[in-house]
Order: sequence, then C-alpha cells, then structure tokens
Amino acid sequence: MPKKKPAKHSGDDDIAAPVSSQTGSSIDTLWWWLTHKGTATSFLCISLFALLIRSAVSMYPYSGAGTPPKFGDFEAQRHWMEITTNLPVSDWYRNGTSNDLTYWGLDYPPLTAYQSYIHGVLLRIFSPESVALLSSRGHESYLGKLLMRWTVLSSDVLIFFPAALFFVLVYHRNRTRSSKSEVAWHIAIILLNPCLILIDHGHFQYNCISLGLTLGAIAAVLCGSEVLTCVLFSLALSHKQMSAYFAPAFFSHLLGKCLRRRNPVLAVVKLGIAVIATFVIVWWPYLHSLDDFLMVLSRLAPFERGIYEDYVANFWCTTSILIKWKKLFSTQSLKSISLAATILASLPSMVQQVLSPSNEGFLYGLLNSSMAFYLFSFQVHEKSILMPFLSATLLALKLPDHFSLLTYYALFSTFPLLCRDKLLIPYLTLSFLFTIIYHSPGNHHSVQKTKASFFSFKNLPGYIFLLRAHFFISIVLHVLYLTIQPPQKYPFLLEALIMILCFSYFVMFAFYTNYTQWTLSSHFRSSGKEKKHI
Amino acid sequence: MEHRENKDRRLLLWFFAVATAVKLLLIPSYRSTDFEVHRNWLAITHSLPLTEWYFDETSQWTLDYPPFFAYFERFLSVFALLVDPRIVDLQSGIDYGAESVIYFQRISVIVSDLCLLYGVYRLTRKLEPMKRNLICALVIWSPGLLIVDHIHFQYNGFLLGWLLLSISFLQEGRDLLGGFLFAVLLCFKHLFAVAAPVYFVYLLRHYCWSGLVTGFRRLVTIGAVVVAVFVAAYGPFIYHGQIQQVISRMFPFGRGLCHAYWAPNFWVFYIILDKGLAFLLRKLGFDIQIPSASFTGGLVGNSSPFAVLPQITPLTTFAMVLLAISPCLVKAWKKPQPGLVARWIAYAYTCGFLFGWHVHEKASLHFIIPLAIVAVQSVEDAKHYFLVSIVSCYSLFPLLYEPQEYPIKVLLLLLHSMVMWLGFTAQYADNKAQKKERGEIKSKFKIGCIEKSYLMGLFIVEMVSQLLHPYFLGDKYPFVPLMLISTYCTVGIMYSWIWQLRRILT
Repeated sequence: MPKKKPAKHSGDDDIAAPVSSQTGSSIDTLWWWLTHKGTATSFLCISLFALLIRSAVSMYPYSGAGTPPKFGDFEAQRHWMEITTNLPVSDWYRNGTSNDLTYWGLDYPPLTAYQSYIHGVLLRIFSPESVALLSSRGHESYLGKLLMRWTVLSSDVLIFFPAALFFVLVYHRNRTRSSKSEVAWHIAIILLNPCLILIDHGHFQYNCISLGLTLGAIAAVLCGSEVLTCVLFSLALSHKQMSAYFAPAFFSHLLGKCLRRRNPVLAVVKLGIAVIATFVIVWWPYLHSLDDFLMVLSRLAPFERGIYEDYVANFWCTTSILIKWKKLFSTQSLKSISLAATILASLPSMVQQVLSPSNEGFLYGLLNSSMAFYLFSFQVHEKSILMPFLSATLLALKLPDHFSLLTYYALFSTFPLLCRDKLLIPYLTLSFLFTIIYHSPGNHHSVQKTKASFFSFKNLPGYIFLLRAHFFISIVLHVLYLTIQPPQKYPFLLEALIMILCFSYFVMFAFYTNYTQWTLSSHFRSSGKEKKHI
Repeated sequence: MEHRENKDRRLLLWFFAVATAVKLLLIPSYRSTDFEVHRNWLAITHSLPLTEWYFDETSQWTLDYPPFFAYFERFLSVFALLVDPRIVDLQSGIDYGAESVIYFQRISVIVSDLCLLYGVYRLTRKLEPMKRNLICALVIWSPGLLIVDHIHFQYNGFLLGWLLLSISFLQEGRDLLGGFLFAVLLCFKHLFAVAAPVYFVYLLRHYCWSGLVTGFRRLVTIGAVVVAVFVAAYGPFIYHGQIQQVISRMFPFGRGLCHAYWAPNFWVFYIILDKGLAFLLRKLGFDIQIPSASFTGGLVGNSSPFAVLPQITPLTTFAMVLLAISPCLVKAWKKPQPGLVARWIAYAYTCGFLFGWHVHEKASLHFIIPLAIVAVQSVEDAKHYFLVSIVSCYSLFPLLYEPQEYPIKVLLLLLHSMVMWLGFTAQYADNKAQKKERGEIKSKFKIGCIEKSYLMGLFIVEMVSQLLHPYFLGDKYPFVPLMLISTYCTVGIMYSWIWQLRRILT
C-alpha cells in the first residue's frame, strides 16, 4: 500500500495537463507552468529560491555577535580556521601555547578540521587578519562575516544541494506515480528546511555538510549502491560525530540486506572494508600513534559537560524537573544508563529493518533512530533536532498532518536559542514561508489524507483536543517569551515550559512513526512478496 | 466557476505571501540615502505645519514629491510616532538608524505593496488562469521592485499599484475612473506624467468623442474630476501662495542631464559620441576645450558639459520625448482600443526613460511592470519582455554596490529569468507537437540567436566590471564599469524601444 497511491487526480497525467488546464481541477494544472520541464529544472529553480532565502537570512546577526569574551558558534568556527591554517595537522587537537583548548578547542572529527582548513585558506586570501594566529580572537568585521557566510553558502551549494537532487531523483524514480508538482513540492520542503537554514545561515554552523553527506548516503541506499552508502556515511560521521544518530538505521538496514544475500559474510566484509578504508583515509594524520588517536577521540566526546545542557526537549532534561539525574547518579553511570536507553529506544526500528529491510522502512528507521538519540542520548543539544527533522523532511509526502506539526515544534524547540541570537524575524518569516509552501494551493497533503487512515491517532478519543490545546499553549508561550520577564525565582521558567511542550510532542511523534514502521513491515510480509527483495 | 475563481485568488495570495516572506528577510539589507530621505519627510510632515513643508531645509533631503505623497507620509508618521517618537523628530531624527525606524519604514513599504496586489488582482481577474498566473509572477516577484523598494528603499510598488489599477479600469472601459486614478497617481509622483499625453489623447477620443452634447458633458465631467484631484493636492499650497516653491522643488532642473550613475538611455550614446568626436578632432589638430563640468561627478552646474555637440536643455529633452511618443498618440487618436492601452502607456514610459531629463535607472520599472501585462499577449511580446526585463533588472545592479547584497541581486535576476523562461515556454507550448513526443514539451517560445548572445554579453560585462577591472586597474577609473554597464544596457533598451514602436505602428 505505501507504494500505491490512491488515484489522486481525476485520471489526468502530466502530459494532458495543458489540455485540461481549462478545468482547473487538478493539482498539476496550477503548477504545470513551473514544473513541466522535469525534475532537474524544477530543482534548479527551487534551489535558486532556496539560495536566495539563505543569503537573505545570512544578513542577520550570527550567534554571539558582539558578545565578548566567548562569543558563539561563529567564533568557534572562525577560531578553527585560525588554528588549522596556522598550525601543523598534529597540533590541531593538542593543547599548546597557541592552541588553548579551553577557548573553543576543536571538538569535531578531522573532516571538520580539513573543511576549516580549506575555508581558512580562502579567508586568508581576502581577509588575512580574520584568521591571523591569536591576534584574530573575537575578530568581527563586515568582510569577515560576509566571507564566513559565503563559505556556508558554498558548502550548501556544493554538498547539500547535489545530495538533495540525488535523493529526489532516486526517491521519485522508485515512486512512479509521483506527479511533477508533487516532486517539486517535495524538493521545496527539503531545500527550504527552516531549521537547517536558521541554524546554518543564521546561528552559524556547517550542518549542511554532514547532513548533505548523510543525505547522499541515504540516496545511495535507495539506488542500491551500498559501498557508496558506506563511504558517504563514514564521511558524514567524520565530519560531525552527531551523524551517529543515523547509524543504527544504516547499520540495521544494510545488515538486513546483507543477510538476504547468497553469501552474507562476504557482503558484510565488503561493506566493512569500505567503512574502514574511508575512516583510515580521513583519520590518517592521527593514526600514527595511539596517543594521537585517543587525544582526538577524547576531544570528540565531552562527557564532562554533563548529560544535558541548557533546556533541550529530550528525556533527561525534561524529567530532571522531577528526578535530579545529575545528583542521583555519577556521570559514569549516567553514561551507561543513557546508552542503554538510547539503544532500547532505537531497537524496535532496528529489529524491523533487520527482519525486513525496505526503502520505505529504512527512511522511517532513520527518523526513529535519530529521534531515539535526540530523546535519550548523552549530551544532546537543541540543534540536534536537525537530525530527526531532516529524515522527517524526506518522508514529508508520507506523513500527512504530522509533518507540519513536527516542523512547528522542531522550530519551537530552538526558539529560545534563536531569540538569543536575535533571529526572531527570520524565525517568524521562515515559519511563515514554510507554512505557505506546505499549504501551497493544490493541497498535496490533503490528497494524501486517505492514505494514512489505516491507522491514525485521530481515532483516539481526545487526541485532536490534545493537539489543539498543545498548539494553543505554544502560541501563548511564544507571546509570553517575547513580552514577559520571568519571575526572579525561576528565571528559566518559560524555557522549561517550552521544553516540556516540545518533548511531549516529540514523544507522541516517535510513538506514531515507530508504529507506522512496524505496520509497514507487517503489510509487506502479508501482501508484497516480490517487494521483499528490492 | 466560483470555485476556480476562489482557487485563482488563493494562488495570487500565495505569490504575494512568498514575496512578503522574502521582503521581510531583506529588512537588514543595505539601504540607500532614500531611506533617510523618506524618514526626513516623515519628520517634516509630522512636525511642521503644511505651509512649511516645501520650505524646510533642516536636512539636505528636502521634500520634492507632489503633495499627495506628502500627505501619505503624514499618514504614516501617525504610526511612526507610536513606534518611536524619534523617527518623526526633525532634529534628533537625522540619520537615525535604530531598529525601530528600520523595521517601521521597511514594513510600511511591505504593507503598502498591498496596493500592487490589488492592482494586479483587478487587472488579471478576467484572464484565463495561465496568463493570470504568469502576470502575477512577473509583477509580484519582479526582481526590480524587490531591489528598488525593499533593498534600496522606495515606494514604487505602491505607486505602480495605482497605475495598474488605473489601467485595469481603462481596459474595462470605465474611462472616468481610470482617468481619476491616474490624476491621483500624478499627485503622488509627478514622474508618472510621461504617460499623460497618452491618457489625454485616449480619454479625449475614447471617452469624450461621442456626439456633441454627451461629448461635451463628458469632457466637462472628466475635466472637473481632474481639476478636483489637483485642487485637493495643490489647493492648500495655492491658498498659501506657495505654488511657485512647490513646483521648483518638484522639478529641480539644475541637476543635469544625467544622474551620477547614467541610466541606460539615449543620452549615454550622445555623451559617448561627444567624447569620441572631441578626441578625434583633437587628434586632427582642432582646439577643443575640455569641458569643466563632468558627467561622472553627479551634480552639474550651468556650463555645458559637451565639448563638440550642442548642449541639451530640459526643453530639448521634453520635445524629444513628445516626438517619440507622438506615433503612439496618433494611433490612439485614430483607433482608441482599451486592449492596447497598457501597451501605449508602457511605450510612453519607455520614451520618457530613453529621452528624459535626469532619468534615474529606477524609472525603468515604470515600463517593465506595465509591459508584463502585454507580455502574455503573444509569443513575440513574450520574447521581447524576456530580453528587456533582464536588461532593466541588470541595469539596476549598480544601485546595490555592497558585496553583502551581491548574491541576492544575482539570484533575484537568475530566478526571475528562470521563472520567465519556464512560464513562457509553458504558456506558448505547442500542444500538437507535444502530443506526439510524450514528456518533452515543444514550445513556440524560443530565444533567437542574437538575443541569446546579447544576454550572454551581459554575463561578460558583469565579469569584466566585477573581476577584470578591479584586478587589472584596481581603483583607477572607477566609473568605467558603470559606463560599460549603462552603455551595454542602453543597446537593449533602445532595441526594446524600436521594437515597441514597430509593434504599435503595425
């Protein structure tokens, strides 16, 4: 059933669109004039628009603008460029006179360091003072900001956009019934991901690189090239360790597929070699001595920072209102507890993929495993919502109703962070833009409603009421957060309320997607035998 | 039918909503001195009595728009006072750059664009969906409007909305209302007066030319309406005996033939011809004085800036504009057709742009927006529009000279070209050829070889002015890139003028 969409418009396909444009009844006629040239052209057009939005957002302030002494993520990235362009590779992760690790020390894997190096070299050509060793600390200038912004823009264009194109081409090749306007809509949803734009181009980070590499790996899975998957995902992991949120899904899906081969061991070994080879190449400078390697690893896992920071809408932070985890357990035991909880939460979707790997199930698996990590793993940041949210955008056509709400709450969970960065206007505007694109005339989502009806929370009594109440409270919280000074006794009262609200929605959503993934598999087993081996 | 109407309206709103989102994101972008000009007008109209509006010289940006615009600023200043009293303060408000004033003024432009939305809606509501969508996309997503209004800062969207509204009434045959709206528009911004001869001839012939009695009655009616509008605007100033001052403020002829950055019009050729001739004659041994006034310096005094060719006075330019418009006036007199009004008006603005006195590059919007309505009428019109809108948008590039807006202006232009190309190919799709080859769309919309190479030339011009010039010449001859752009764009605009002229004559 997931592969077969109900007849959605009255029998006319793309070719007949201009003729039937007089009736004005189908989705495609509205958009036909923009999408008639095919996926690649629509993609080009939408990506120009997405770039326009990105470059407009990039005019707003970045995190920590004008707030010495520590500034923010912008300064961290700039500082890494300074370190990597001025010091030898072996000193990048080592504490030294010119590399004070307590001041934004490099704590991402080597690929991030290489990327910082390349960008640093570019910066040095046009604005040498912005990456000068030591003297450039806290450097802020018109040109410096602009160049840094442009490095993110170019990373987006070079990595995330091609990956998105790759994904869309592969995904919709498999779904033969997708209409052109539906494809265009999906492209817009992926490229205009409001969280990603706000975090990368507003707050300032390079998530587009690791997410782009992950997206490429996902597309490679869909087109059946597993070695490419392993290479791309290993690269993503070596760019940002947070990509591990997706690891269970990749692992279980590939394992499930390999087990169905004639020679499972050989298949697993082949993929293992691809992974190890990629890692060896990327990590080469740090593999000469065990000390070096451990030094880098210890930088990547900042366990001393505690199980949670700030107010992130995950399990540990939310429940800490009632249960003081940090007081009850030592960091060491919390580490194991959170690991166990994460594995437990991602286990159902992993088991499902090992038992019956399918493309559809894989995408749900990505969503479920990244959500499990977001909710239960150690040291989660608000920005980590990008991971589950990216996999949700890939499923946007499959998650009617829920997707727009998820977007809303995902954005809402980053609201305090973005407010601190003075990104209120882009936050509101991008939410607005997302809403109008999601509900663009032609109603892609409303057509799909019938499809999800095999199970819907809507059947549960009180669910709709709960959602509405939720939504209403969140609007009130938005207003309160902007207007009211919290009481002296609880300075973070509103943040905590926002966190609880988002957490409860994320939990509901996780239940829903896990359930969907499992019903997917039972359906596959019962009806589509030929589909087992796609 | 009702349902479709509803759906189309939704799509129009959707276009507008997307454009609004982009406009909101553009709030922190570069703003020209026009921003301070408009802020100062808020302060003038708010803190001074009407009698001093056109005399105030506290700031160098004196009020030089007609009274309706001043009233409009007075209206806005009521809200400005609520937002931040310093915005409307004549003294302490000078060069005020706080967030409050930026958000207030930017949002006032965004809100006033509702007028453009209504104009487009009214103009296109009777058209078939395809044409309708195209016009909406071309006007509401016009890169020129975004650049000039929402980055550079002006209220053109609002004013062009009035113009479109007026055209929509003329097209429906409701001439009196159309004329009334145009008169109102003239009292907002007098630069729109270039199309007045077209309006005059058209209304005289189409509205008043129907028998002696009715004709005379109608003539009196429309005359009374226009006079009433002008009295509403200028009456208070006439009453106070200040009309002389108002007029002299509105028409500052001392500013010279060309703006600091030359608008891509006929006078660029004239200047270059003069320079070339002077150079040539000097080589031949004639004694040619180098003119004291230069064109690259902006403000020009009374001395002639030309070495060889005769000096150009405002009167000359006026006569030339009128001469250029006259073929269209003859046409309008001979056969006044409501369907052709938009075309004539666009043509008149093209002439004004090409031959006018002290023309700003921004004035190209005056004909680009009405031409969008014409563009959906035939393949040839579409081809012409494709070229001229790209050229006019490109000629606006020097307005935004800061690097931060560079990607934005380039992306706006690319996106616009892409939407135009997709839209026109779909609009003029060849349905018969299409049936045979599944999937591939055959279209009658194809860009000719010369047009294509001309547009490619824009790319080369951009490369030269952005990369090669700074690389090889550095800071020397900073006016060369600008000269190059305006000369190159002039070719396109001249072509468009000749094309439109031929179109009107045949």
